[in-house]
Amino acid sequence: MKQLIISAATEGDTNPLVPNIWEMFVVLVGFAVLLFIVTKYVVPMFEKNFAERAEAIEGGIAKAEKAQAEASAALEEYKQQLTDARTEANRIREEARGEGAQILADLKEKAAAESARITAQAHAQIESERQAAVVSLRAEVGTLATTLAGRIVGEALTDDARSARVVDRFLADLENQNAGAAK
Amino acid sequence: MHLPAILPWGAAEGFSKQMLLVILSVVIIATFFVIAARKQQLVPGKLQYAGEAAYGFVRNGIAKDIIGGKDFIKYVPLLFSLFFFILVNNIYGAIPVIQLPSFSHVGGAYVLAGIVYVTWIVIGIKKNGLKYFKLATVPSGVPIYILPIVIPIEIISNFLVRPVTHSLRLFATMLAGHLIVMIAGSGIEFLVMQENVLLKGASVLVLAGSLAMYMLEALIMALQAYVFTLLTAIYIEGALHADSH
Repeated sequence: MKQLIISAATEGDTNPLVPNIWEMFVVLVGFAVLLFIVTKYVVPMFEKNFAERAEAIEGGIAKAEKAQAEASAALEEYKQQLTDARTEANRIREEARGEGAQILADLKEKAAAESARITAQAHAQIESERQAAVVSLRAEVGTLATTLAGRIVGEALTDDARSARVVDRFLADLENQNAGAAK
Repeated sequence: MHLPAILPWGAAEGFSKQMLLVILSVVIIATFFVIAARKQQLVPGKLQYAGEAAYGFVRNGIAKDIIGGKDFIKYVPLLFSLFFFILVNNIYGAIPVIQLPSFSHVGGAYVLAGIVYVTWIVIGIKKNGLKYFKLATVPSGVPIYILPIVIPIEIISNFLVRPVTHSLRLFATMLAGHLIVMIAGSGIEFLVMQENVLLKGASVLVLAGSLAMYMLEALIMALQAYVFTLLTAIYIEGALHADSH
C-alpha cells in the first residue's frame, strides 16, 4: 500500500492542468455527436409534442368556450321562442274571446230575428185563417139565410096560416123579450 | 485508479477509461432521450414523462428563464446537451466500480468551456457587429475618469478569466471530489490493515466521513452540471443583450 501511494505520488509529477490532447479530442467529438443528435432529433421531437399538447389544451378550451356560447345562444333562442309563444297564445286567446262574443251576439240576433219571423208568420197565418173563416162563414150565412128565407118564403106561399103563426110567434117572442126587458 | 490504456492509440497514454466513459455517456444520453421523445403521446407515459421533465428543466428552468425572449429555443439544444453531458459524466464519479468523473481530467472541461466561449462571442458579434466588443467592455453610466480602470478589468474578466474559471470550476470540483473519495477509500484500507485495534476501529470514523463526503460529492456533481449550464446561458444572454447591460 505504501508503495502504491509513493508510486501514485511520483506519477503525479504531471501537472493536472495540462490536458491530454486525445481526451480533448474524444470529448470534442463525443459532444459534437451528442449536440447533433439533440439538435436534430431530441429537441424537435419534444418541441413538437409540447406544441401539440398546447394546441390540444387550447383547442379543448376553445371548443368548450364555443359549446358554452352555443348553449347560451340556444337558451336565448329558447327563451325568445317561449316569449313569442306566450304572446301568440295571448293573442289567440284574445281573438277567440272576441270571436266568441261576436258569435254569441250573432246568434242572439239570429234567434231574435227567427222568433220575430215565426211570430209574424203565426200572425199572418191566424189572420189568413180568420179571413178564410170569415169568408167561408159569410158564404155559409148567405146560403143559410137564403135557404131560411127560401123556406120561410116557401111556407108562406104554401100556408098563410102557418106563416101568420110564425110571424105571430116571432112577434110574441119579441114582445116577451121586450116585456122581460121592461120588467 | 486508472484502467490501463485500452489501445496503444494516440500519443501518450492510449485509449483510456475516461475516453470510453465519455463515449458511453453520449450513447446513454442519446439513447435515453431519443427513446423518451420518439413515442410521443399527448398523455405521456412514465418514460416520456421523465424525458419531458428533464428536457423541460433545461428548456424552461435555464434557457427560458435566463435567455427568455422568442429565440431562446435556438440555444436549448446546446444547453440541453451541455447539462446532460456534464451530468452523466460527473455522476460516473458516484457509481461504484466506474468511480471516475470524466471532467476530473481537465481536457474535457477545456473543450466544453472553449465551445461555450466561442459560441457566446460569435453570438455577440452576430447580434451587435464589431461594436459588441465595445459594448462588452465599456459599461454604460460609468464616469469617464474611472473608465481607464474599468475597461481593462472588464476585458480581463470577460474575455480572459471567464473561460478559465468556467472550465476550472468544473474540473477542480470533480478532481477534488474524486481525490477525496479515493483518499478516503485508501485511508480506510490503510487503517484496516493496521495491527493496532484502535487504529482498525478508527477506520469506522473514516468510513462515516467518507459516506458524508460521498453524498456531498453526489450533490456537487449535479450542482456543477447545473452551474456550468446556467453560466453558459448567462453568457449567451449577455452577448444577446449586450446593448442593455
